[in-house]
Amino acid sequence: MHVEHATPRPRVGLFVTCLVDLFRPGVGFASVKLLEDAGCAVEVPMTQTCCGQPAYNSGDRADARVLAEQVIAAFEGFDHVVAPSGSCAGMLKKHYPGLFRGDPEWEGRAERFAAKVHELVSFLADIRGMDAVAARQAATVTYHDSCSGLRELGIRDQPRRLLRSVEGLELVELADADVCCGFGGTFCAKYPDISNAIVEKKTARIEESGAGTLLAGDLGCLMNIAGKLRRQGSAVEVRHVAEVLAGMTDTPPIGGR
Amino acid sequence: MLITSPSFKDNARRALGDDKLQQALGNVQTGFIEKRRKAVDGLPEFEALRDSARDIKNHTLAHLDLYLEAYEAKVKAAGGHVHWAATAEDARKIVLDICRAAGARTVTKGKSMVSEEIGLNEHLEANGIRPVETDLGEYIIQLRGEHPSHIIAPAVHLTRDQVEADFRRVHDHLAPGRELSEPQSILGEARRVLRPAYFEADVGITGANFLIAETGTSVIVTNEGNGDLTQTLGKVHVVVASIEKVVPTLEDLSQILRLLARSATGQEMSVYTTLSTGPRRPGDPDGPGEYHVVLLDNGRSAMLGTEYQDMLRCIRCAACMNHCPVYQAIGGHAYGWVYPGPMGAVLTPSLIGVDKAGHLPNASTFCGRCEAVCPVRIPLPKMMRHWREREFERGLNPPVQRYGLKAWAFVARRPRLYRRAAAIAAWGLATLGGTKRRLASLPLAGGWTRHRDLPAPEKSTFLQQWQARTRP
Repeated sequence: MHVEHATPRPRVGLFVTCLVDLFRPGVGFASVKLLEDAGCAVEVPMTQTCCGQPAYNSGDRADARVLAEQVIAAFEGFDHVVAPSGSCAGMLKKHYPGLFRGDPEWEGRAERFAAKVHELVSFLADIRGMDAVAARQAATVTYHDSCSGLRELGIRDQPRRLLRSVEGLELVELADADVCCGFGGTFCAKYPDISNAIVEKKTARIEESGAGTLLAGDLGCLMNIAGKLRRQGSAVEVRHVAEVLAGMTDTPPIGGR
Repeated sequence: MLITSPSFKDNARRALGDDKLQQALGNVQTGFIEKRRKAVDGLPEFEALRDSARDIKNHTLAHLDLYLEAYEAKVKAAGGHVHWAATAEDARKIVLDICRAAGARTVTKGKSMVSEEIGLNEHLEANGIRPVETDLGEYIIQLRGEHPSHIIAPAVHLTRDQVEADFRRVHDHLAPGRELSEPQSILGEARRVLRPAYFEADVGITGANFLIAETGTSVIVTNEGNGDLTQTLGKVHVVVASIEKVVPTLEDLSQILRLLARSATGQEMSVYTTLSTGPRRPGDPDGPGEYHVVLLDNGRSAMLGTEYQDMLRCIRCAACMNHCPVYQAIGGHAYGWVYPGPMGAVLTPSLIGVDKAGHLPNASTFCGRCEAVCPVRIPLPKMMRHWREREFERGLNPPVQRYGLKAWAFVARRPRLYRRAAAIAAWGLATLGGTKRRLASLPLAGGWTRHRDLPAPEKSTFLQQWQARTRP
């Protein structure tokens, strides 16, 4: 007799993030595949929009709170909530509870919700114990540590460990991998010239690394870096780390070639 | 000093186009970050020390009135004078009165950001007294009529050849062909030029890194020895210090000192750590005849009990600005007042008003590196966000931003409407992106596309594709 799942599969709500939804659906499907490979039952609530960071980081706490309520209501029933972004997962996990401080109805609810939230790659490695993926890609890649994932959620070794398990893939370290790319959400719109000066340093380090592909775990950073590399006429391709880990690299890279 | 924080954007644009400045800013990275990392890696208890320093400062701030009064009593007991200055103007007046009473024509100065904050040099000059900066970096910018661009390396915005040119221009009594190609030779020349000023000066003015409540001691931490000469050779020593510099005991000092130099320059200790308690006593070989402390509030006590209180833990190591990508890109002058970088982005709005300094807490990517290196664990990004909240409440941010945000939030709060809007946007942008899969320009996104392409989406959103796939 074949028992498909000896233990019940955990129900995971995929918070796909507004940027992935709009700009890079493939990251969403790669996330689903990786989560299913890790033994999870994945659901995608249709009432999700955005985590609220644009409002929260612009000082608009009222709208940030309304959006937080919307996310919590849509996702609190799952065993885990997973997002393919350190920035959005950080918002849900580290910042939502503070929005409800002192509110007897919501505070505990937000804290219970926050405890279930994980960024995708760290969830696979740390919670599901995944130490290898069944993917292959002949490429030399380098990895940029997105700030929120690195400093709010401690994501550093997990993506590197899983990437090293990809057959044929060579991972070279990026100098200043832990330095911001200059995206900063609304920052890049408010201070475009400063943002540009910062991303120029990042693309210079990427070129120096000799890698043919730049990976990271946050689409905001990736669009910023890809947009700059394309404008500079670089040959370096840009992808979300989940695409490579899921072996779903038949799509054109972010921003094309 | 003139506040140019409201024109932060123009300041930043100028800074980005200034090749000399950009060259000089490269030194911040090599000069500070690597050295700090090595020093921190070499001290296993560094993280525990950060906790301890945070707790010491929190405890002190919770009882600031008691510790300041205890400090004052000890200074008086040692024969010194304590002057309370509620505002910058009060502090300027107090210092000028002390200088006048001493008949001073020349005063030497050790490095002090508080003296910058109160505009002391300009005030003394306007009243016929010549202030001479004795810290090398401060001396250089005084020659140039500039203000510090960094709180511990005031001339970090300059290259060596700019300094050489300034020295040749100002020190025109020295041999024109002299060697000035090394930092050491520049330092040597500054020493020779400054030496007589110490003996001419009637008053020496220093800041204080710390004030010790249990002993009434002021502490300065320096590398050049100029602070010691400034405070021992004048007839009068004036310490200008802000109220949050007080710590309870010498034991507390010794803990925090283990963090300060490591965080600042990567040194285990600075070359000089000088403790001063009162004026010269009978039998002392040297020291000033009078010892004054000017305690400056200037808005700090109003920060107590607010969401900005944690900022008063700051020990002015500058690690936050050294590690800030924005500071590294534009330097300190662009921030437009005394305190630049992340610590300035939080402190400046408290001291000069968020209406003037509103850009500063906004000009951050929230990358969090400042908080990660802060020796007293100040949550700098969180406090910048609080300033953004104050600005939003008061309607200080630009209307385009406010209405754009409100319109976006209106849609984001309505998932069905949002899905439809996202689907239209995806289709539109994908169509514009064409086979290249990117856009070189886009109306209303000029800030982005001026410098980079916009990667194009696919023709439908993830949620559309997911629904199509899962719907029976």
